[in-house]
Amino acid sequence: MKKELRLMKGNEAFAEAAIRVGVDGYFGYPITPQSEVMEYLTAEKPHERTGMVVLQAESEVAAINMLYGGASCGKKVMTSSSSPGVSLMQEGISYMAGAELPCVLLNVVRGGPGLGTIQPAQSDYFQSTKGGGHGDYRLIVIAPSSVQEMYDFVELGFKLAFKYRTPIMVQSDGAIGQMMEKVEIDEQQKRFSEAEIIKNYPWATTGKTPDRERNIITSLDLDPARHEKHNIELQKKYRKIEEKEIQYEKVQCDDAEYLFVAYGTSARLCLKSIQLCREKGIKVGLLRPITLWPFPKDIIYDMADQVKGILSVEMSAGQMVEDILLSVKGKVPVEHFGRMGGIIPSPIEIADMLEEKFIKG
Amino acid sequence: MTEEIIIAGFGGQGVLSMGKILAYSGIMQDQEVSWMPSYGPEMRGGTANVTVILSDDRISSPILTQYDTAIILNQQSMDKFEDMVKPGGLLLYDPNGITQPPTRKDINIWKIEANKEAAKMGMRKIFNMIVLGGYLKAKPIVEFDNIILGLKKSLPPRYHHMIPDNEKAVKRGLEIIEEVQKI
Repeated sequence: MKKELRLMKGNEAFAEAAIRVGVDGYFGYPITPQSEVMEYLTAEKPHERTGMVVLQAESEVAAINMLYGGASCGKKVMTSSSSPGVSLMQEGISYMAGAELPCVLLNVVRGGPGLGTIQPAQSDYFQSTKGGGHGDYRLIVIAPSSVQEMYDFVELGFKLAFKYRTPIMVQSDGAIGQMMEKVEIDEQQKRFSEAEIIKNYPWATTGKTPDRERNIITSLDLDPARHEKHNIELQKKYRKIEEKEIQYEKVQCDDAEYLFVAYGTSARLCLKSIQLCREKGIKVGLLRPITLWPFPKDIIYDMADQVKGILSVEMSAGQMVEDILLSVKGKVPVEHFGRMGGIIPSPIEIADMLEEKFIKG
Repeated sequence: MTEEIIIAGFGGQGVLSMGKILAYSGIMQDQEVSWMPSYGPEMRGGTANVTVILSDDRISSPILTQYDTAIILNQQSMDKFEDMVKPGGLLLYDPNGITQPPTRKDINIWKIEANKEAAKMGMRKIFNMIVLGGYLKAKPIVEFDNIILGLKKSLPPRYHHMIPDNEKAVKRGLEIIEEVQKI
């Protein structure tokens, strides 16, 4: 059967997907450029469609702690925000990682630091992939580069979140949040019943029964020996994620002599830059990390044998480029090009930069 | 086929909704589409613009600095976007409020008195649909019927009673647009 097609903003697609995959609760606080997520959810009245709760919390700090509560009970919960709001949530995110609670978070990144600007940026890469909050934890970070992926990554996010009992960050930006593209809409899925949650998630605090011990959800353990053991288990989980969950896309890499590495909006810009370069006879391809953590380091290491230079393109001062340098291990020159503060580079600028850094020099 | 379009004017002229209807028309004929608005402080009063792309293939960058077509509805946008039309491309403008008409010699230029016509028809709000009709004449990239389907899709049902007036406006635009320069 042909799926329903709609023209939607990235933020709206994310919100519609939340209803369709049977999310139990959304808790958030408005901030540009992602306010359409909650606006759409409020207008759609999902409590009438599926029973989903949508609540505007009094702050981002409150919202993330509502996620902690909902996730503890085995519910599918999510929030969305933009850079300054996500900074406020970091304490709660660290607690959820520590307590091994699944949830989906969306960051529609805007220019920073501080309140910064409302225009698109990719300067929260370090925050999402290297910690953000305190302690030895990782988030699985997935980066959509189209409105369809804003839709699809809600389901992917919950699949991974519950598989590994860990928070997932969907790392988008103001451009993908605000632009409209064609979206294929899936069938409505049912929310889990209480009985299904008890059956599927035996760790959840669903009420003690005589046949089992109490389920305790906490990130606190004052016994260092026990707490080190917990940390070792967390690290084992992260190694397993690195082994199994890396996702990336290769575009025109087969004959490439140079390589762009870019995600999200930058990856879209690079697709145009590839056309411009190839019109001039410069063979360039794109490697687009879909998971920013775990980072696709092996494929980049392999590509380094084939190409003469790698240009990392990010709307930041150069964050992902550090992971590329670690992956390449000095095999080929790696350069960074980016604009900051909400400026989106043009595809022409990117193509010129590749020439300037690797060919003319 | 790929058509990369910038539509630019004042907030309130229906720039964004014209782009949306065009994008929906593309979906109606099985094309890939993107619609990227200016959403910065400028949209809170002042200029508004939207980049619309229709393509038979996967769309690369939704953000551009060179366009196949520029639809220009005020002087500020003329100043900014005239130079960004690709050589051989199309510039379409409403002379109302334009003090310096385009001077490029390497592009096709069309003009449409949409503002005047909307006033004459007594329906200022359908101004943007007259412009859209004009664009269809200058570059028939979407079918007229798909425009009407796109209109139905992009308007909430409570506004569907306005579709006949909008349809009339598109038709009027097809009639009144004038070719200024052909290369």
